Amino acid sequence: MDAQQYGEKAGLKNMNNLSNIDPALFAKRKRANKLGLTLSMIAMVLGMVFLFWILGVLFYKGFSSLDLAIFTQSTPAPGSEGGGLANAIVGSLMLVGCCTLISTPIGVLAGLYLSEYGARSRIAATTRFVTDIMLSAPSIVIGLFIYALVVAQVRHFSGWAGTIALALIAIPVVVRTTENMLLLVPGSLREAAYALGTPKWKVAFKITLRAAQSGVMTGILLALARVSGETAPLLFTALNNQFFSTNMNAPMANLPVVIFQFAMSPYDNWVDLAWGGALLITIAVLGLNILARVVFREKVQG
Amino acid sequence: MMELTQSYSAPTPQAFRIAQLQRVQDFLFRAVTQFFALSVLIALLGIIISLFINAWPALHTFGPAFFFTQEWDIINGEFGGLIAIYGTVVTSLIALLIAVPLSFGIAVFLTELCPATLRRPLGTAVELLAAVPSIIYGMFGLFIFAPLFAEYIQPALAGTLGHIPGLGILFSGAFNGIGILCAGLILAMMILPFIASVMRDVFEIVPPVLKESAYGIGCTTWEVVKNVVLPYTKAGVIGGIMLGLGRALGETMAVTFVIGNAHRLSPSLFAPGTSIASTLANEFGEAEAGNHLSSLYALGLALFIITFIVLACAKWMLNSMEKKQGLKT
Repeated sequence: MDAQQYGEKAGLKNMNNLSNIDPALFAKRKRANKLGLTLSMIAMVLGMVFLFWILGVLFYKGFSSLDLAIFTQSTPAPGSEGGGLANAIVGSLMLVGCCTLISTPIGVLAGLYLSEYGARSRIAATTRFVTDIMLSAPSIVIGLFIYALVVAQVRHFSGWAGTIALALIAIPVVVRTTENMLLLVPGSLREAAYALGTPKWKVAFKITLRAAQSGVMTGILLALARVSGETAPLLFTALNNQFFSTNMNAPMANLPVVIFQFAMSPYDNWVDLAWGGALLITIAVLGLNILARVVFREKVQG
Repeated sequence: MMELTQSYSAPTPQAFRIAQLQRVQDFLFRAVTQFFALSVLIALLGIIISLFINAWPALHTFGPAFFFTQEWDIINGEFGGLIAIYGTVVTSLIALLIAVPLSFGIAVFLTELCPATLRRPLGTAVELLAAVPSIIYGMFGLFIFAPLFAEYIQPALAGTLGHIPGLGILFSGAFNGIGILCAGLILAMMILPFIASVMRDVFEIVPPVLKESAYGIGCTTWEVVKNVVLPYTKAGVIGGIMLGLGRALGETMAVTFVIGNAHRLSPSLFAPGTSIASTLANEFGEAEAGNHLSSLYALGLALFIITFIVLACAKWMLNSMEKKQGLKT
């Protein structure tokens, strides 16, 4: 791949002799350059327009429907006025919280295996490949799987089923970030510990994992951000609940499914609530994303 | 002196016990972490097996023809997946058609044109766009985009492209807003940031020496992108596109809101349709056990296998790109 090859390909054979410059060709190349770069700039502007359009609409509609009742009252019955999203907010927090409790240890331990033993192992290579695919696997299929595995067996929808479905989505995120962060820890740190006679598990937990602490936190936050907005896997697992409930063994209200049902409904106050909920979710997700970045940046600087 | 060296070379029984204990602990540590690493593989196998078992009655009753049959008759129990598969594929292709050039432009802007001070905030903005939950895109599509689409874009499309013989049928029909084309556009907005950030990442690994030598012999920026950056990152760019395709195929909420959810096969892109994911989202919760439920599982299985293959190809290509980066350093 030498540059001359590319130069020739670009029609630059005559460049060594400046008097041979073909003004028509030169103008054509400049035009092509200008056109390409202008199009690229337009694409960037369009991308930003999408972002600000979506956020703008969301903030406008969301804030106009946001009031105290959203946090204090439960979702209204069809046709009745007012109401809030208290049950859905609490439900979402519980689902996502339990999901974090399940997915963090599993994800971190799996990430430890990939980084500490995974260099030459076939199993690790396969796991890494599959994890990467599971990162983008259609989340609705995860919902189907948990429905078949849990809901169809116990014969009722439940918060636990929703939590498991979310955990299945969160684990790959935690595994991959943990592994990448652990691999950033310098080998000399591990070797220094080994030289003192430290067993492998202690090196992994007390040296490597501690050195990569904030990186692992980043992964957990990203996983949280990812699952907070997931709707599809909850549709057939946690379902929805019109009433306030903290029973994880029963159907559970949660923001994404409430938004889905309310946005598709004919009632104006439901649609307003859906916008309010959408705003809450987006703030949570974007906030977590930004927090993850800040945590990570502090680590890089420190 | 002699005694000292001896006391070091022959471990005391206590030290021996500790060493043995540590060996057991290390073994346990390895076993436990390996088990959790394998759990991801087990989950994958579990998904495929459980979907297959549940889909089997439908696959058995309708045979391979299930995937080529148009019928979706809940009352008479006749099911075929063609309409949903068609909707999934067409919306994803429309999304790619629009998102790929745009995200290429964004990636070029971020790596070659953008002033250094803006690079980070703009890059973060693109990544935040990727983080917005898909249900937000769905709501935005249904309430904001679809009405505008019906009022301005659809008549414009029907007035221009609609007159081209052959192609015109794609842009015929009522201006409802929601439909296959609208779903494709919303999907394009959604996968745009994914593809753009992957492309930016692979563009960044082009060795500066290559670019600089091209600039040195007088190439314009555009020529450097076209003749140096793109050939060098070909595999990564295709990988990024396929990653976006994988996302588009499996996307549920953004599509469900705007596709119209009608089990009809229409040549027009303006007509409402359905995709695998939106069919599942709408019908799975209320489906009766039997052929209906089993057919939905079969659709889910088909979706999972298609996206798995697409994503595996994407991963494979991006991995080859990473190796290249390893060679560079």
